[in-house]
Amino acid sequence: MPEPTHALAEQFDDLEQQRQASTIGMWVFLATEVIFFGALITGYTEYRASYYQAWAAASKHLSVVFGAIMTILLLSSSFTMAMAVHFARLGGRKRLALCLLLTILLGAVFVGMKFMEWHDHYQRHEVPGMGFEFPGPNAREAQLFFSFYFAMTGFHALHMIVGIGILAVLTGLALLGRLAPPRHVPVDIAGLYWHFVDIVWIFLFPLLYLVDLHHK
Amino acid sequence: MTHAASPRTYVIVLLALLALTVVTTVVAHIDLGPGNSAVAMLIAVVKMLLVMLFFMHIRYEARLTRLFAGAGLLWLLFMIGLVMADVLSRNWR
Repeated sequence: MPEPTHALAEQFDDLEQQRQASTIGMWVFLATEVIFFGALITGYTEYRASYYQAWAAASKHLSVVFGAIMTILLLSSSFTMAMAVHFARLGGRKRLALCLLLTILLGAVFVGMKFMEWHDHYQRHEVPGMGFEFPGPNAREAQLFFSFYFAMTGFHALHMIVGIGILAVLTGLALLGRLAPPRHVPVDIAGLYWHFVDIVWIFLFPLLYLVDLHHK
Repeated sequence: MTHAASPRTYVIVLLALLALTVVTTVVAHIDLGPGNSAVAMLIAVVKMLLVMLFFMHIRYEARLTRLFAGAGLLWLLFMIGLVMADVLSRNWR
């Protein structure tokens, strides 16, 4: 099959090899991201083992319903992202742009809900270092829980915002017809990033929101 | 290009992910002792694998790509495993 040579950089034999190189490069980047969030999760795991009671009490100050709704939003956005990749491969320009827009919308609602949650914590004096108040004898350990909570959800939300920016650029390129096959690979790569951020939340949700809920 | 998953597969994966979210939320309210954390993490790992295998196309990628995807997770397991081996065994006599 003759391939349009302008889409193929000269160091590659063919488009598939070029696509694989991009994909592997992205997975290398994601491996560094795994270790970045992994460091936070490792610290979290150690302190949760050490201060289990205090952290369980602190976790009860988060809204499980809110967290579950946010999880559903983000999983749905991964689905629309997967559909965007699907349409990008088929060359459906409008359907690709629509799926990217839906993904951006779901992601933006997620980040908006996250900001609402942070605002609630702020009003309830649950932000570490800013007049932190916590009932009971475990205020110091609870403050540590909230430090991890804000660091983990903060870096996650930052990744979401970066992802939304990338998808916004891709939406523009899609509408201009600049992502038609075989130039659709950026959508694949952005998809990998988006799904990774989704996976981080898949772990943050049970770690932060679902601690020891059966004890009132 | 390797053949990728169909929209039908994506819908099924999404439904499975949503169902697992409901399951993990409900199970968290049932007292399983130390089992609660284990079940929560097990369900999270299953959800991660679903996203990786289907949404991230790891199921359809070349072995080399799978190797790179698995490497990050392997080193994460080393990090958490060795740190916890220290923390949890400090009080052993």
